[in-house]
Amino acid sequence: MTAIHIDNLDVSYGETQITHGVTIDVEEGGSFALVGESGSGKSTVLKAIAGLAPEWRGTIEIFGKPRSHGIEAEFARTCQMVFQDPYGSLHPRKTVDATLMEPLNIQGLSDHNERIAAILKDVGLDNRFRFRYPHQLSGGQRQRVAIARALIVEPKLLLLDEPTSALDVSVQAEILNLLKRLRRERGLTYLMVTHNLPIVSFLCDRLAVMRGGRIVETADAEKLKKGHLQNEYSRELLRLSAPPAV
Amino acid sequence: MSAPLLAVENLKVTFPSPSGPVDVVKGISFSLGRERLGIVGESGSGKSMTGRSILGLVRAPGKVSATRLEFDGMDLLKQGEKAMRKIRGARISMVMQDPKFSLNPVMTVGEQIAEALVAHKRLPRREIAARVRAMLEAVRINDPDRVAGLYPHEISGGMGQRVMIAMMLIPEPDILIADEPTSALDVSVQAQVLDIIDDLVRNKGMGLILISHDLNLVAHYCDRVLVMNSGRLVEDCAASELKNAQHPYTRGLLAAQPRLDETRDELPVIDRTTWSAT
Repeated sequence: MTAIHIDNLDVSYGETQITHGVTIDVEEGGSFALVGESGSGKSTVLKAIAGLAPEWRGTIEIFGKPRSHGIEAEFARTCQMVFQDPYGSLHPRKTVDATLMEPLNIQGLSDHNERIAAILKDVGLDNRFRFRYPHQLSGGQRQRVAIARALIVEPKLLLLDEPTSALDVSVQAEILNLLKRLRRERGLTYLMVTHNLPIVSFLCDRLAVMRGGRIVETADAEKLKKGHLQNEYSRELLRLSAPPAV
Repeated sequence: MSAPLLAVENLKVTFPSPSGPVDVVKGISFSLGRERLGIVGESGSGKSMTGRSILGLVRAPGKVSATRLEFDGMDLLKQGEKAMRKIRGARISMVMQDPKFSLNPVMTVGEQIAEALVAHKRLPRREIAARVRAMLEAVRINDPDRVAGLYPHEISGGMGQRVMIAMMLIPEPDILIADEPTSALDVSVQAQVLDIIDDLVRNKGMGLILISHDLNLVAHYCDRVLVMNSGRLVEDCAASELKNAQHPYTRGLLAAQPRLDETRDELPVIDRTTWSAT
């Protein structure tokens, strides 16, 4: 089954059109990366899916259902988003417990206590973190809370907006391992935005390279690993991210 | 190599905390000649504090102490604020991480670069304009006359960082400290900015301290690499020898990075218990 079907998507912010005819399809259980520089429109595609960029034309279908232009509780049940900066995306005056309670209340789910304990365990956070505030946590721990908040309503699709770019290398490795394990265990579908090609190699099976709001190439991650991208701009990105000969 | 430009021995940076003073830099020693030195470490390793303490930029209540902190024969710790101001910019200058926050938003790019020059040297106006123009060309800005008249919000991040570099290099310092100069930039612009720094540093025979969290980048652009972890130097080696690094922390950092031709199912994670037991 197709998890995400996007056809000819044009997103605008006011007068400015950001993306031009973006078309992608992601299979259920797949992990798809949108790659490009700042301003290429890759995050905007995620925002349109999540309902945060309501001005768009074209088709967005999630698990076969057409997406509306706004935010809906029912849709949030199937699709959640994890943002780039764990320092900015958690409410500074809410404990981890209160942060995780909110989506449960919105979705009208019961067994709060059990669900929160279970999800904390799943993202590798000890139960003692449950009543702490964000400022008492490290960057990696905060990102685990953000992932827990997204997963607690048991969605099938995660939108990941540069989930590790604000983290240190060793913490990044932990979060990438976590994301990979959760996807395997829960059969999740990922749509990830990143500018880091090695991360795509590690976590994704397909990718689309974006530039100036357009997709210039869609390819399998295998091609990326072997350096067989076709488009000239993709190859340029590839050349720049290849680790220089140490 | 001649006598080192900068000699650091047993440098400590201390901050007070409710549970007594905390050393964020715990007695490190290194020297810098006219070469490119990289300092690598993760957040909180003390790498930026090391850079700042050289310029006397650690703010109170932080305290800097060292058995020796010598630049070109001068004891930097004994210099007063006024003397330090003559050294900062003119002899040792620093490029910060994010051009968005480091440039003055209400001055044009040209004025800011000129200011950096005029602060240290009295020059006729025509020569100032010529030097600014030449400097903008040196950082590969194609249309220097137009760009000199722009405000920081009118230029891109990569161009902003090149303007910063122009500002820092126009007084022709002996040492350039670059603290994460490219981490706010796109991959495609990063290489360009670093190539410019590299070029200018080599041509002018300056010393460069490149502070970064990115091992590969430092290994590529530096001659020598220092790896820091929680305030200590754990590795000091030639950049070409980095892949043979011995310390478990350095090896852990190298292994934790995903590769382009990734085949591993799981990334090795640094076991914080094995090496921090000091």
